[in-house]
Amino acid sequence: MANVATPAFTGGFNDPVHGSQQGFRAIMEAMARPGTLQTPDGVTAPAPLNPVSALVALTLLDQDTSVWLDSGCHGQADVADWLSFHTGARIAQNMATADFCILSNPKGVTVLADMALGSEEYPDRSATAIMQVTGFEANPDWVCEGPGIKGQIDFQPTGVDDSFLPVWSQNRAAFPRGVDLILASPTQLAALPRTTCIRKAREM
Amino acid sequence: MYVAVKGGEQAIENAHRLLADRRRGDRTVPDISLDQISGQLALAVDRVMSEGSLYDRELAALAIKQARGDLIEAIFLVRAYRTTLPRFGASEPIDTGDMKIERRISATYKDLPGGQMLGPTFDYTHRLLDPSLAADSDPASAAERDADRGPAMRVSDILGQENLVEEDGAASSDDPPDITRSPVEFPLERETRLQALSRGDEGFLLALGYSTQRGYARNHPFVGEIRIGEVALEMDLPEKGGTTVIGRLLVTECQMVNQFKGSAKAPPQFTRGYGLVFGQSERKAMSMALCDRALRAGELGEDRTAPAQDEEFVISHCDNVQATGFVEHLKLPHYVDFQAELELVRGMRAAFKETRETVDDNPQPEAAE
Amino acid sequence: MNPHASGFAAYNFAYLDEQTKRMIRRAILKAIAIPGYQVPFASREMPMPYGWGTGGVQVTAAILGADDTLKVIDQGSDDTTNSVSIRKFFEKTAGVATTTRTADASIIQTRHRIPEEPLKSGQVLVYQVPIPEPLRFLEPRETETRKMHALEEYGLMHVKLYEDIAKNGRIATTYAYPVKIEGRYVMDPSPTPKFDNPKMNDSPALQLFGAGREKRIYAVPPHTEVVSLDFEDHPFEINRFEDTCALCGAEGVYLDEVILDDKGNRMFCCSDTDHCEQRREAGHSGARAGQGLEASQ
Repeated sequence: MANVATPAFTGGFNDPVHGSQQGFRAIMEAMARPGTLQTPDGVTAPAPLNPVSALVALTLLDQDTSVWLDSGCHGQADVADWLSFHTGARIAQNMATADFCILSNPKGVTVLADMALGSEEYPDRSATAIMQVTGFEANPDWVCEGPGIKGQIDFQPTGVDDSFLPVWSQNRAAFPRGVDLILASPTQLAALPRTTCIRKAREM
Repeated sequence: MYVAVKGGEQAIENAHRLLADRRRGDRTVPDISLDQISGQLALAVDRVMSEGSLYDRELAALAIKQARGDLIEAIFLVRAYRTTLPRFGASEPIDTGDMKIERRISATYKDLPGGQMLGPTFDYTHRLLDPSLAADSDPASAAERDADRGPAMRVSDILGQENLVEEDGAASSDDPPDITRSPVEFPLERETRLQALSRGDEGFLLALGYSTQRGYARNHPFVGEIRIGEVALEMDLPEKGGTTVIGRLLVTECQMVNQFKGSAKAPPQFTRGYGLVFGQSERKAMSMALCDRALRAGELGEDRTAPAQDEEFVISHCDNVQATGFVEHLKLPHYVDFQAELELVRGMRAAFKETRETVDDNPQPEAAE
Repeated sequence: MNPHASGFAAYNFAYLDEQTKRMIRRAILKAIAIPGYQVPFASREMPMPYGWGTGGVQVTAAILGADDTLKVIDQGSDDTTNSVSIRKFFEKTAGVATTTRTADASIIQTRHRIPEEPLKSGQVLVYQVPIPEPLRFLEPRETETRKMHALEEYGLMHVKLYEDIAKNGRIATTYAYPVKIEGRYVMDPSPTPKFDNPKMNDSPALQLFGAGREKRIYAVPPHTEVVSLDFEDHPFEINRFEDTCALCGAEGVYLDEVILDDKGNRMFCCSDTDHCEQRREAGHSGARAGQGLEASQ
C-alpha cells in the first residue's frame, strides 16, 4: 500500500507560481536539448507517479487539457483524483484524443502511433507523453542526433530496451506529425522531441 | 564625445507627466467626474463597454477620462484590464424577447404587437446646434409611458410563425467559444464570427456594411427590428439550486431580414443578419447585422465577390485595438531595417549609374534589353 | 498572488495569470519540438499596444523566473524607449534583475537585432515578431499559407526572390529575410536585418519567437540548421559595411548611420550599444572617440 500517505488533496506545489516556473524551465531545457538530464525538485504524489513525472503533470496540465493514464496509473483511483484535484485536467478515456498521456511503465511504449499525432496542417495538436523510467544509463547504448543536439549525444533511459527504437523511428518518420516524449525518473528528467533520431551506438 | 540617445527612461517619465498635466487641463475648471461621463457621455461609455467587451460603466468612464476622450485608447485600457480577470463560467444565453424595452422599431411593419417605440433617439432631431446646452441645462422630465406593456414579441418570431424567415440557427457546440481565450481558426463558426464582430470597430463595420448597400455584396436588407433595453443575465449556479439572475444588461439588438430566393433544397425564405452589442448603439448593431449577413455568403451558396463577404479579411481587420497597435507601431524606431534598405538603394543606384555610363560610352541601342 | 501593482487588480508574478502561462508554455514546447512551425496560441491582450512586442512579452513572462537576469533591446540598443518600457514592465511586475550586458543575461528579449556577442548555451533569445508568416506578403490568406506549409510548397517564395533578381540584379530583401529550418519549414526570422541571419544557425542558445497580434509562437532549438533561402547563381550574402564603428572601431558589426549636421556629415557606430560599450571599456576606440558632437560641426 504505497499510496496510503498521499490521498488526492495532499502533495503538489508549495509555491505554485515559482514551482511551476522552475518545473517548466527544466522541461523546456530538456525539450530544447534532447538527451540532456535536468534535475528539478519533484513533488509528492500518489504511487505509481514518481515525483518528477508528477512535477511535469502539475506544470503542464490544467482544465484546458486532457490526460490519459496507462493501466499502471488507471488502477490507482488516487492518481486520477490527485491529477483532477491539483490540475483540473480531464481524464481521457481515449488515448487517441488526449493532450497528454502518462505512461507509468516504459513497457507501454509500443503504442506511440495510437496517440494523437496532430495533422499536417496542425502538427502541434499532438500528444505529449510523460514516460516514467527508473533512471538514466551512465553508459548509454544509444546515440541521439537532431535539432537541439550539438553533433550527437549518448543517451538511454534505464529499463527501456532496443524494442523502443523502431517505435521511435516510426514516430520520427511521421514528422512534422508526431508525439513528443518527456522521460521522468524519480529525480531527473529528459525529453525526446519528435525530431530526435536515435540509433544504437555500436551499429553502423 | 558622441553619445547615442540615452536617458529614454527619463524621457518617458517626463512625457507621462506632461500627459497627466494636459489631461487635467485648466486647473480652475473642475475635474470631470466619472458620474458625469457615465451619465452625460453615455453613448461613448456604451461603445467602450461594447468594443472593450466588458460591461462596467464605471470602468469604461474611467477609461474614457484616462484616455482624454480617445475612445479606441479607452477600449484598449478596458481590454487590458479585462484580460486579467478570472473567468467564473459562461452565462445562459440572454433572452432579448423578454427585454424591458426602451426603444423598439421595425421597418418591415407599420404597426405590430408591442408597438413602435422611438425611445431616446437622435432620429428626427433637426441637427441644429443647441445653444442652450452650452450652459447648465435642466430639460423637462421625460414623458412617461402609460404602463409597462410587458415583453414584445420579436419580429423575427412573427415571421418565424409562418416559416417565412429561416431559423435562428443553433450553436455549433454547448461550449460557447471565446475568441479572447483561444486563437481563431478560419473558417469560423458563425457564433465565433459574431463575437468578433460585436467587439469589432464601429467605423470599420459601418463602412463595410455601407459597401454592401452600394453593390459590394448587395443582399437586400430590411430592418426587421431594432430593440434597445434591459435584459436579465442569468447563470446556472448548481449551489444556488439552478438558474439565477446575476444582473441586468442594456443591449441593442438588430435583426436584419434579407431576401433569399431559395434553392433546390430549401424553399424561398428570408434570411437573417444579426447584430447585438452592449449598451445603446444601433449604428453598430445595424452595421454588424449587415456584415454578418454578408459573411454568410458561403453558407447560403452565394458567390463571394466583395470585401464584406471575405471572412479572413473582415475578421482579421475589424479589431481596432489590434489595428491601432500595428499601424501605430510604425512610429517605433525602425532604423536598423532602414539602414539595410539605405545600403541596398545606394548599391542599386551605383549599379544603375555604372550601367548608364557603360551604355553612354557604347551607344548600341539593340544591346539594351 | 503577488501584488506588485496597486489599483483595481493585484497582478500575478510577471503579470500573466498562471493559466495563461501554462497555455503559452505548452505552445512553446510544441514550437521547440517542431522547429520553425508556427504554433497558434491564445494570445492575451497585454497592457501595451499590439505591434509593440506583446508576443515577445508574453513569451518572456511565461518563461521568466525569479532567478533570471533579463536584457531587453530594440534596434540593438538597451536605451531605446520601447526597450526601456518593456524592461521597466518586468522590473515592476516580476522584480527580476535586469542587465544591459549580453553575457550576463539569461533571457534577452529583442526587436530587430541579434546581439553581436555570440550567445551561450543556457541563454534564451526571445524575438518580438510583427508578421510571423513568411508567405503572408505572397498569399494573404491564412487558410492558404497553412496548406502551403503542410505541403512544403514553397515555390512561390523562390519565385518572389527570383523576380527580385530579374528586376534588380539581386535579392532586394534586406530584413525579415526568409530562412529554412532543418530543411523543412520556411520561417520568418522577424524583421532583423539579414546581416544577423547567419547568427541564427547552429546557435548554442534557444531562440523563441512571439507574435502577439497574430497569435503565433515558434522556435529554433539550439544547434539547429538555419539556412537563408538563395540560389546557386545568387548565393545569400550579408551586407558588409565599408566603415568601422566611429566610437569603438569595430569591424564586421552592424552599424547605425548617424546624421551629424545639416551639411551631410554622418558617422557610423555600433547598433549593438552593449557591444560598443564593452569594446570601449576594453580600450578600443574609433575615429571619433573622445570627440564631442560639436567638434564635427
